[in-house]
Amino acid sequence: MKLVIIKYNAGNIQSVLYALERIGMEAIVTDDHATIRAADKVIFPGVGEASTAMNYLKERGLDTVIKNLEQPVLGICLGMQLMCAYSEENDTQCLGIFEEKIKWFQSTQPAIKVPQIGWNNIYDLKTPLFTGIPENSYCYFVHGYYAALGGHTIATTNYIQPYSAALHKNNFYGTQFHPEKSAETGEKILKNFIKM
Amino acid sequence: MLTKRIIPCLDIRDGRTVKGVNFENIRDAGDPVELGAFYAQQGADELVFLDITATVEKRKTLSELVNKIAHHINIPFTVGGGIGSVEDVSVLLQNGADKISVNTAAFKNPKLLPDLAKEFGSQCVVLAIDTKQEADGEWYVYLNGGRLKTETRCIDWAKRAVEAGAGEILLTSMNHDGTKQGFALDITATLASLLPVPVIASGGGGTMSHFVDVFTTGKADAALAASIFHFKEIGIPELKTYLHEKGIAVRL
Repeated sequence: MKLVIIKYNAGNIQSVLYALERIGMEAIVTDDHATIRAADKVIFPGVGEASTAMNYLKERGLDTVIKNLEQPVLGICLGMQLMCAYSEENDTQCLGIFEEKIKWFQSTQPAIKVPQIGWNNIYDLKTPLFTGIPENSYCYFVHGYYAALGGHTIATTNYIQPYSAALHKNNFYGTQFHPEKSAETGEKILKNFIKM
Repeated sequence: MLTKRIIPCLDIRDGRTVKGVNFENIRDAGDPVELGAFYAQQGADELVFLDITATVEKRKTLSELVNKIAHHINIPFTVGGGIGSVEDVSVLLQNGADKISVNTAAFKNPKLLPDLAKEFGSQCVVLAIDTKQEADGEWYVYLNGGRLKTETRCIDWAKRAVEAGAGEILLTSMNHDGTKQGFALDITATLASLLPVPVIASGGGGTMSHFVDVFTTGKADAALAASIFHFKEIGIPELKTYLHEKGIAVRL
């Protein structure tokens, strides 16, 4: 099993690597096109800002590489958002794997903070990514932008309104939450992805 | 629904947990990695590791410790204590910390918060404020671990800090810290209502009902405590069950 984590200018790559180690998996962190294409599974993590990340990917040709991958790909947080069509964050055209658009949370009352930081429940779980995960399990989120519900939604979370906690299309999966920081639930989701 | 967070705090000196801990099932109570992993398994929502090591040389062990923690703990954790520069933060994040907390250095150097937010994003920048209510009724900012009083009001510094890039506020009331008489509900509620970022209440939690109070009256987004968890006075599972029964959203 060759597991690759895409290296780019976003945070939390180490966290994903360590989480995989905790469940007994080794991964290579690389931006080498050939190594990414040859992997069995690819993880596209990220904490950061959309336009800076997209520019970095484009400069290195990684945007084309990611879009054309045929093996299972898991985008996490910013990684998932970059796999969508567009992000309101600095008016950024993204990879367009999912048709969904990324919007800023519009808080309806002062008690609701943006970004959302903390543990929230996920429900309406679909696809083998969530095999063995009970409805309303808690996952860890840190984000100010979100993907609305749509045809590719495979998990829902409610913050201000229901939105996509995870997306799926063909070989591409994305989670808005951080499985690498979501205790046993997150570890199970990572294991499910690796089993695909 | 987004849940309220319970955050145990571990004080670290020279790579070891300080303050007595008495968990029978922890083989080495002084090992912060083992204690942190125990809390994570018990249902803690996040952890804070506060380095109180006195000397600069010994602080180098901190990045090694953070790396070890990151390998073993499957929930988010914050590292604080003596952080004063972008370089300090960069090393800690590269070793796997999710967030860092700054205190005195951010107050003394107005560029620190904006620099950190720009470089790493506000989501990983926690501003710790030690505050004390004086005889005039106002809450003032204290620095250097509570040893140095300033003339700045807590509320003014918190507002300024959030504008400068702090993504969360860790608020410790010196009047309440160590008393086990309950959290500082008024200043916590004031900041939580006023600020667009989460407020973590710290200092004074002694009973389970104090946590109910800080999440309802105090409007806190998270509550931090140390000795009540270390001394096993309150177990995290029983605390979370209690909060759930009182209608507070928690991760069970």
